[in-house]
Amino acid sequence: MKEINELNFSDDVKYSKSHEWAKISRDIVIVGLSDYAQDQLGEVVFVELPQNGDTLFKGDELGNVESVKAVSEIYIPVSGEILEINEGLEDAPELVNESCYENGWLVKVKPDDISELNDLMNKAEYLKMLKG
Amino acid sequence: MRYLPHTKEDIESMLKVAGQSCLDDLFNSIPDDLKITGSLDIPESLSEWELNDHMEELASLNIACKNYKCFMGAGSYDHYIPAVIPYLISRSEFMTAYTPYQPEVSQGTLQGIYEFQTMVTELLGMDIATASHYDCGTALAEACLIALRQNKKANKIAVSALTHPSHRQIIHTYISPSGYEIVEIPYTKEGLTDVKALEAMDDIAGIAVQSPNFLGNIEDLSAFKAVADAKKVLFITSFTESLAFGLLKNPGSFGADLVAGEGQSLGIAKSFGGPGLGLLAGTKKQMRNLPGRLIGKTKDANGDDGFVLTLATREQHIRREKASSNICSNNGLNAMTAAVYLATVGKIGIREIARQNHDKAIYLKKSLEMAGFESAFDTPFFNEFLMKAPEGFEQKRSALINDKCTFAGICVDKFYPELKHHYLFCATETISKKDIDQLAKEVK
Repeated sequence: MKEINELNFSDDVKYSKSHEWAKISRDIVIVGLSDYAQDQLGEVVFVELPQNGDTLFKGDELGNVESVKAVSEIYIPVSGEILEINEGLEDAPELVNESCYENGWLVKVKPDDISELNDLMNKAEYLKMLKG
Repeated sequence: MRYLPHTKEDIESMLKVAGQSCLDDLFNSIPDDLKITGSLDIPESLSEWELNDHMEELASLNIACKNYKCFMGAGSYDHYIPAVIPYLISRSEFMTAYTPYQPEVSQGTLQGIYEFQTMVTELLGMDIATASHYDCGTALAEACLIALRQNKKANKIAVSALTHPSHRQIIHTYISPSGYEIVEIPYTKEGLTDVKALEAMDDIAGIAVQSPNFLGNIEDLSAFKAVADAKKVLFITSFTESLAFGLLKNPGSFGADLVAGEGQSLGIAKSFGGPGLGLLAGTKKQMRNLPGRLIGKTKDANGDDGFVLTLATREQHIRREKASSNICSNNGLNAMTAAVYLATVGKIGIREIARQNHDKAIYLKKSLEMAGFESAFDTPFFNEFLMKAPEGFEQKRSALINDKCTFAGICVDKFYPELKHHYLFCATETISKKDIDQLAKEVK
């Protein structure tokens, strides 16, 4: 595992306490895992995601990520309807490791209330939490 | 893996390492009132010939099929067990209550289970099979749970009324404490699960149909697959007679998502109905939802083939309360037995055995018809079928057991009260034409 200052934290996303990120793109929200989360997990071998059209509430279990020796739950940082899941992860789950803010995104959500994202942290706040 | 008792020398050398002078010292942290004083309350030991006499006396109280003519099936079948099977599986490496999984000491066992899984997938036409479960009933209950977990909107599972009655009971035991419910799909006068009734069922998470069903009839699985697809739910099939797939199209070719079955026919003795061998197979899509152990093939550090437990993240020691099952036991010895059986009979052998079962069952049915029995259904079957018995048959049947060492079918009205005087008959390869002719004469 890397030191925190060796990790990459994108400026244009917001972070949750459980290490998901959320990014607003026009009127939808893209959700993924932070570089810290993927580094902690290690080599990801499987990602289980909900189905298109499912409706979830903020904090619900979004799915789980399986690495070689552990399975971790992922939680959705905003309430809404799942518009699209990253189908590329089925054949290439390692995208979560290799490109966590770009090709390794998890789901696209149509948010019920975009202001829920105000509860999330910006990069500086997230780094502060990680450094404890 | 061998289990050898410690010799006096072993114990002394271990005590030396532990820095204790005798065994009592080693155990002195246990309070005295928790220790047994005096001798254990068990009988005196027997000499070898006394023990043999004693065991033979106990065994003689049992009825063994090899001394009887068995025309009963209904989930437990009398098949010939080739001599190579007891010879191979009585090797001490296989004779253990615990299946050793440590790859560094268990390559033989792991390879055996891997071969078993591979043969099960070939027999059933599925992508992946588990290392086995207790019996068909528990495997089927696990399959129902997989369907229920995947469909968060429905808490019911549709199960055919012609699924083995014990299996339906086991499913109920497994799922009812979780708030799930079984809805039974009724059956038609042809002795088949009612597709029309199933079509009208809503809010179900999956469909489970046994074929050949409990009354012996072969179901049209493609019709159930079509309903499952229309309802977007999982399609589960089950079976109690593995050897049927020597002749019948396998469940995979009908698009089953999960298949649960009984492997007792594959070289395993009936033994009062258990232990059996639970087979469970699925499509690749269901790989991470399967319960229990899975063995995989891999490469070791030297690049040689090796076998290990795989996809263990599904299991309770990693996944805790979210594990796919809280049972990780498999029937290791019986799985090994089935692997030896399938490898012994091979693709051609299993076809030949299935052919004999089917042909003899047809001959038995015709013979019974000539003896005054009435065919309950005009539906294709494999090796068992339902007959309405003529008056006075029940008495004859009891007399046949005592006087002629013959089991003439099973009365099904205990399970289906509407089927009064109906008997399920079965013929396997162990039954000869002479046996059938004799039975027909006796019951006339």
